Amino acid sequence: MPTRTAFAFSRRAITIAALALTVGPSPLFAQTPVNGGTLTFALSPEPPFILTSINTTLQMGMVGSKIMESLLKLDVDLKPQPLLAQSWEISADGKSYTFKLRPNVKWHDGKPFTSADVKFTVMDVLKKLHPRGRSAYAKVTDVETPDPLTAIIKLSEPAPPMLVALASSYESPMTPKHIFEGTDIAANPAVSKPIGTGPFMFKEWQKGSFIILEKNPNYWDAGKPHLDKIVFRIINDASARAAGLESGEVQIGGLSPIPLTDMVRIEKNPALTIETRGYAYMSPFMLMEVNTRKPPLSDVRVRQAMAFAIDRDRMTKLVWMNYGKPAVSPIPSSVTSFHSTDLPKYDLNLDKAKQLLDEAGYKAGPDGKRFKITHDFVPLGSDYQRTGEFIKQQLSRVGIDVELRSQDLPSFFRRVYTDYDFDTTSLYYGAFADPTQGVQRLFWSKSIQKGVVFTNPTEYRSEAMDKVIEAAQSENDPVKRKALYLEMQRIAMTDLPVIPLMETRFTTISSAQLKNHTVTADGVIGGNFADVYFAK
Amino acid sequence: MAKDLRFIGRRLLKALPLLLAVVLFNFCLLKLAPGDAAEVLAGESAAATPEYLAELRARFGLDRPVHIQLFNYVWKLAHLDLGYSFRHNMSVLDLILGRLSATLVLMVSALLLAVTIGAALGVLASNKVNSWRDTLISIFAMLSFATPVFWMGLMMIVLFSVNLGWLPSSGMETIASGNTGLAHVLDVSRHMIMPVATLALFYVAVYTRVMRASMLEVFNQDYVTTARAKGLTENRITLRHVLRNALLPLVTLLGVQMGTMLGGSVLVETVFSWPGLGRLAFEAVFQRDINLLLGILLSCSFVVIVANILVDVAYTKLDPRIRLS
Repeated sequence: MPTRTAFAFSRRAITIAALALTVGPSPLFAQTPVNGGTLTFALSPEPPFILTSINTTLQMGMVGSKIMESLLKLDVDLKPQPLLAQSWEISADGKSYTFKLRPNVKWHDGKPFTSADVKFTVMDVLKKLHPRGRSAYAKVTDVETPDPLTAIIKLSEPAPPMLVALASSYESPMTPKHIFEGTDIAANPAVSKPIGTGPFMFKEWQKGSFIILEKNPNYWDAGKPHLDKIVFRIINDASARAAGLESGEVQIGGLSPIPLTDMVRIEKNPALTIETRGYAYMSPFMLMEVNTRKPPLSDVRVRQAMAFAIDRDRMTKLVWMNYGKPAVSPIPSSVTSFHSTDLPKYDLNLDKAKQLLDEAGYKAGPDGKRFKITHDFVPLGSDYQRTGEFIKQQLSRVGIDVELRSQDLPSFFRRVYTDYDFDTTSLYYGAFADPTQGVQRLFWSKSIQKGVVFTNPTEYRSEAMDKVIEAAQSENDPVKRKALYLEMQRIAMTDLPVIPLMETRFTTISSAQLKNHTVTADGVIGGNFADVYFAK
Repeated sequence: MAKDLRFIGRRLLKALPLLLAVVLFNFCLLKLAPGDAAEVLAGESAAATPEYLAELRARFGLDRPVHIQLFNYVWKLAHLDLGYSFRHNMSVLDLILGRLSATLVLMVSALLLAVTIGAALGVLASNKVNSWRDTLISIFAMLSFATPVFWMGLMMIVLFSVNLGWLPSSGMETIASGNTGLAHVLDVSRHMIMPVATLALFYVAVYTRVMRASMLEVFNQDYVTTARAKGLTENRITLRHVLRNALLPLVTLLGVQMGTMLGGSVLVETVFSWPGLGRLAFEAVFQRDINLLLGILLSCSFVVIVANILVDVAYTKLDPRIRLS
């Protein structure tokens, strides 16, 4: 497995020069960009507003990241690169992060961007109002601003995941102090008409129809952006999105804009390209949560039997048309610094599964059935429904009778995360670039938070697991930290409260003429589109 | 005229308790659905903390007991305030007003098209009963009645947008075209062709069948026989004596169908990304945006009530023997 360290934060006291200023010719920029043109972007569903510093709806990120930028960005290999900060330095004890800001950056209303904005963003916005910020910035005690272009983030103890959170315009956009200070931020009209430092400026939002962004003529990266306008069209029907892309009325759509069953047709269309990079930041993966509260699922042998009975290779091929990769660990392989393959393995083995179920005391009855469970698949379209049907069929081969339940999304959330009224589920989670952000919530006993969506609903509690997770949160030594996460994966794959199914490959579908839309780890969700252009 | 207005005023006043019942019923029904708006928003954010959820609930007023929420809602309504949609970050009234015109344009055009074509086809079919013309019209009506609205819409998109490239596949206008005046009207009309045709098709079928049956019934009445005996031409009888009386059932149906048409427009608006009320309502259900949904349902009930009153007035114009009381 790759051993290169993908995270700059994991090295002690490094200073990174302003790479962006010295970038030489690379394959991405091989062609000379063409200026001009309007890009039409399919968006669904319509976001409530456009300020991802207080709400992290992905669709909001797709719009907001073009307008508001973060201090750093992550390249496609998850390495931090300069954006609004030109360089940064982490103190040896891991408790002080010094950012040198880019000079002459202005907000869209002409006011200068300074370290005071950084302080306001981290202390008053992200730490207080961001859904994930409360944990990502929990250890931040203060942001010092010795001069307008220097911001020093002070921590009570090392928090290595913080840098990844800071390095995404979707996750942590810098938020203008002069607009929001002293106001009720969520009620401020600027949440729907954001002011940022980005390559595009907010122009118009016609609810239910479209959002228009215009080129920022005073963008700090002179000569960019190349596009004149970006129009986000709200198209909620999957077939209509496919038709829009095929007819050329829409030139890009992200987060798998059309169902896999239509992909066969799209793949053959020379006017369209399919991109699966650009989702490493959220690292989506399919998993099966198993409610360990009651027998038979409280028996680890039963959970292991289920893992042995589900053919993840076939699921990836048949249900997901190869837009995925069978999962062997709860940390997906895209998170290269932490992913492990040296773990208990559950390759398809029906005899082993049956034997485990026999041992657990669930012998097959005269009709070949052992027991009945329910399965709630996440109601996000036909691909997930077919996943549920596949699991039902697979488990029936070892005598487990599965009843599929479908419902709408709010009912699913309420059933699984508030009422805990389920046996098994299948859905996708964001593992994110650091396990602290995305994966620990599945296994940490403190994540059993009734009523909070996407936290540990399986009632899994393990002292050993808690110890490893808590140690990793503030371990500043990258080697030790990796060892802790390897141990976490080993325990997870032994106890199996969650059965990893597949690393999802989301697609971005775009016109073949459109270039450079995916140049960061957060792709179309967090990329600022400064480099995007239409090739002639 | 003054009598008509008095009648309309009286009917509207009588409709108030009905509207209140609609509100109470809808509120209880929606509260029965599992999950709330805060959970949905947190779910869309792909992560949350208990504090974040608690803050959302407090902001949305969801942390208070249900009967207080209901009381607050009705109290606001009494002040003609439809409340606030937290999902859309806008007042419900602004949202509805912003979308109402798009839906009305769609519905009224579809309704006019359906009534005109349906009535014409019905008359043509009834005029020569059991001829090949009648059979052909009946087959057309049956097919369009049986075709699912969304399928029809998708097939039109595939043919006219993707394959032929004649018509835009979605939206209400060319975005950021800067069109004004006639150019704007033409642009919107071009976008309307497919959605209106899709929505109208089902109703064309219904009106054709109703019109045909109603015409045939009137043709059998004694006064038609009298007219024939007077030596009037068949066309004159059809247009002057039969059509007017045969229109009554059609008008009745029209009033009733204002409501069902809103349902049909949900599908059409979704397929064609038409920025109307139907789609807004549909999404509000899945987002548990109760204030918004209540507001839309209330305004739709209001539209249906008004339509029915207008239908009653229209009766008296068509048949002077019917009186308003």
